[in-house]
Amino acid sequence: MPASAGSELRIVGFLCNWCSYGGADTAGVGRFTQPTDLRIIRVPCSGRIDPLFVVKALMGGADGVLVSGCHPRDCHYSQGNFYARRRLEVLKRFLPTLGIDPKRFEYTWVSASEGQRWQSVVTKFTEQIHALGPAPNQCRSAQAPQEAERSAG
Amino acid sequence: MSVIDELKSAIKAKLSELDLVIGWGPGFDPLHATPLFMRCEKDVDKLLWGPLNVHNPATYLPGLKGKKVGVVVKGCDSRSVIELLQEKLVKREELVIFGAPCAGVIDMGKVRRALGDLDKVNAVSIEGDNVVVTAGGKQHTLPLAEVAADKCGRCRYHNALISDVFVGEHLPPSVEQDDYADVEAFESQSLEERNAYWKREMQRCIRCYACRNACPLCVCRDHCIAQSRDPHWIGQGDNVGDKWMFQMIHAQHLAGRCTECGECQRACPVGIPLLALKRKLNKEIKELFDYEAGVDPNACPPLQSFKVEEEHINERGW
Ligand code: SF4
Ligand code: SF4
Repeated sequence: MPASAGSELRIVGFLCNWCSYGGADTAGVGRFTQPTDLRIIRVPCSGRIDPLFVVKALMGGADGVLVSGCHPRDCHYSQGNFYARRRLEVLKRFLPTLGIDPKRFEYTWVSASEGQRWQSVVTKFTEQIHALGPAPNQCRSAQAPQEAERSAG
Repeated sequence: MSVIDELKSAIKAKLSELDLVIGWGPGFDPLHATPLFMRCEKDVDKLLWGPLNVHNPATYLPGLKGKKVGVVVKGCDSRSVIELLQEKLVKREELVIFGAPCAGVIDMGKVRRALGDLDKVNAVSIEGDNVVVTAGGKQHTLPLAEVAADKCGRCRYHNALISDVFVGEHLPPSVEQDDYADVEAFESQSLEERNAYWKREMQRCIRCYACRNACPLCVCRDHCIAQSRDPHWIGQGDNVGDKWMFQMIHAQHLAGRCTECGECQRACPVGIPLLALKRKLNKEIKELFDYEAGVDPNACPPLQSFKVEEEHINERGW
């Protein structure tokens, strides 16, 4: 879907340098078609991903956040993704209490050689976010009375 | 000897070895106790013990590292001490812990609703299971069970879990297990309703940061990322997003560490139910890792550790 069509949503992807970023690269080199909604942020390791990065993105207007790292037991730093797995799982379960659909956030594992898997992950996630539609604005107050008056007047 | 007299003599016996002992003393009116820092016997005579001791004295401990400190704790306060020990934020050999059984502390909000006005409190006494408050010339008999903090009704740790000196008779737990019914009830609403609820609540936040400063485990204080310019996590604006983001920082940084002492919520001057966020996280952590913070001084907080095979996490990911 070209950006010019105006139907793109804002999806942020945090990818680890060693596996998933390589996997996305492999998909690109292999010229696998992919949706273009995802903006990738490369991080050294999924263990570097503070759950607050995800919260900040969602609060700041992202429609979806995808985290991808090396498969457990395959981490370049041997343990980073084990920590990530715990933190991200806790975060995913926390989101519903805020009224944020937990489907807007997923975390997964893609290795550098898995171009095909990357293609299917990014396609599936983008479809999932499109099915949910644009995220509600988290920075505007619930009632926003002045705005309601203004548009009424 | 009553609990309070036993406590006083135990503290006096140890006072010469300590730089100070933290407890509770009379505040600006008979209803409000205030943290008390005891350095001499005269200070110890001011010590209070009972349902008015709402503050968590463990909050002061990380700031007093290097000193030899005595601290008087309720059951919930003792869990904060244990969590601080677990994280090596305080040293066991620098602490002398005075514990006693606590039957519950009052929630000032509930007392205010019962009285209508907290400004004219003349006298307070504890008579059996009742708190008797004389305010504006009228006497109110409030059953402690009705004005106690919510955390006390689900407390399983009335007796200090760690102590060097323990006085009084052990109390049985209020409930066998915390079923997190409040979290489930909140989540029976639609996502939109929950989102609107928090936006309404967060809109009222005045960003005084009392919630953070009262938290015994919010140890960064002056180095809090909420105030850092680089990286700039949150702006100084008064929109819901910035305020809410601040609470996300607090909640996420307490994940797996929060002992539900409730100080964040108690300290909030506008009554935002902040504990609900922490309870949600604790519920999930209990389910995922079968872990409760501040119970075992030798345990490692779950988000500072991992298992290669996680029993309750889907290995293949999403
Ligand atoms: S977050 Fe609140 S309930 Fe948890 S330890 Fe801190 S003050 Fe206590
Ligand atoms: S104590 Fe309440 S008003 Fe103050 S910063 Fe915390 S949530 Fe906001």
